[in-house]
Formats: sequence, structure tokens, C-alpha cells
Amino acid sequence: MPRQSVWFVRASLLYLALGFTFGGLMLANKGLPVMPWAWSLLPAHMEFLLLGWLVQLAMGVAYWILPRFSSATPRGDERLIWIALILFNLGIWLVAIVIFIGPGWLTVTGRAAEALGVASFTLGVWRRIKPSGA
Amino acid sequence: MPTLTRWFVKTSLAYFVLALLVGILLSLNAVGGLFPVYLHLLVFGWLTQLIFGVVFWMFPKYSRDRPHASERLGWATYILLNLGLILRAFAEPLQTNHPAPVWGWLLAVSAVLQWLAGMAFVANTWGRVKER
Repeated sequence: MPRQSVWFVRASLLYLALGFTFGGLMLANKGLPVMPWAWSLLPAHMEFLLLGWLVQLAMGVAYWILPRFSSATPRGDERLIWIALILFNLGIWLVAIVIFIGPGWLTVTGRAAEALGVASFTLGVWRRIKPSGA
Repeated sequence: MPTLTRWFVKTSLAYFVLALLVGILLSLNAVGGLFPVYLHLLVFGWLTQLIFGVVFWMFPKYSRDRPHASERLGWATYILLNLGLILRAFAEPLQTNHPAPVWGWLLAVSAVLQWLAGMAFVANTWGRVKER
């Protein structure tokens, strides 16, 4: 597994743990309403699990598994993937942190960072989506 | 394909069908409080469970002796996840439509079971995420 994939996948596992924890608190509160503040965790729960866990795991595995080039850089320009990792995760935290400190522009900025991160990833892997032997 | 992976994948397919059936009930407004059940049967029962099964199979070996790390923790993940989800599928709509202490407690138990499943998976998989 290449180093970038290790980073993507480990991050996705951490988001799984966080997202499940937030979700567990909300569901438990739904059954036994002793933590009314738990509902405020919903945006972070969704962001951590849908983007942090599912999408990021897919990115990590895709970067690992997609066909490689028979060149000195078998997985293409690695800088694009590092940029993707940084921007995507920065974006997730900017969106999630709104539950604590609130300003709406954080969500917009976070989503923009996520979009740029995914765009960078797409540029980085696009040419690896190729027929065998090409 | 390891036995546990087959169980994860076949179960995930069953949840996929079940979730879509719940989706039909949802669109008919047949039962209140079904949306969270529908959503979690899809993202947890189908998507995440499928991932758990394939990761258990495909990720780099933990060691030569224990290629899948702990088989016991793997099975614990499967049992906890599915017990938690099935409990939730009943208790959540019941708690929404006919709130009562029994459904409330069952929902809380379901939350703990699902959380434990997630932690078990992370603990069992972490050591398999490596370069070589």
C-alpha cells in the first residue's frame, strides 16, 4: 500500500471512530433523553462518516489499486495526491467545527476545500483509468 | 474468500434489498419515523458492512501467522453490527411512534452495540494499514 493510501485509510478509520461515537451518543439520547446537546453533533456525524470515512477510504484504496504506469512515477504526480489529502481533510474539519464555533462561512470554506481536494485527486488519478497494457 | 467476508458480503446484500423495501414504505408514508432506519440500513447495513467484509479479506496481512489480525474481533464486529442494526430497525420507529421506556432502553443498547462494532473494526484493521 503506498504511503499516501496509508494516510488516507488511517484518517478514514479515525473518522469512522469519531463518527460512530457521535452517532452513538445521538441514538442513545434518542432512547434515553439525558443529553439534549447530542443533537448538535449531527452535522459533524454526517461529514465524518460520509466524507471522512466512506469517500476517503475509497480514495485511499483507489490510489493504491488503480492501474499503474510503467515509468519512474507509476502512480503519477504524487504532489496532487498530497494536496488532495490536506485540502480534503482541512475541509472536513472546517465543516465539522461549525458545531462548536458557528459562523456559516466556515461551512462554505470547508466545502470549497473538500471540492478542491477531490479535484486534485481526480487530476492525479485520471490517466490511471486506462485499459490493461496501455 | 474468507468465511467471515462471505458472511459480511451476503448480509450486506440482504440489507441492500431490505433498505430499498423500507424505502418503499417510506415513500408510501406507511409508518412514521422510518427515514433514519432507511438511511442506516443503507449506509451501515449495506455500504459499511460490504467494506468491512472486503477490507477483512483484501488489506495487507497483519502477520504471516495472523493474516487477518484477530478472527475473534472480526466475528465480534459482525455480530455487534448486525445485532445493533436489527434492534435499531425495530426500536427506533417504535420509540418515535409509541414512546415507552422499553423501546428507549433497547435503542440505547442498540447504540452501544453499533459503537462497539465500529471500535472493534478500527482496532482490528489499524495494524493492517501499512506500506509493506
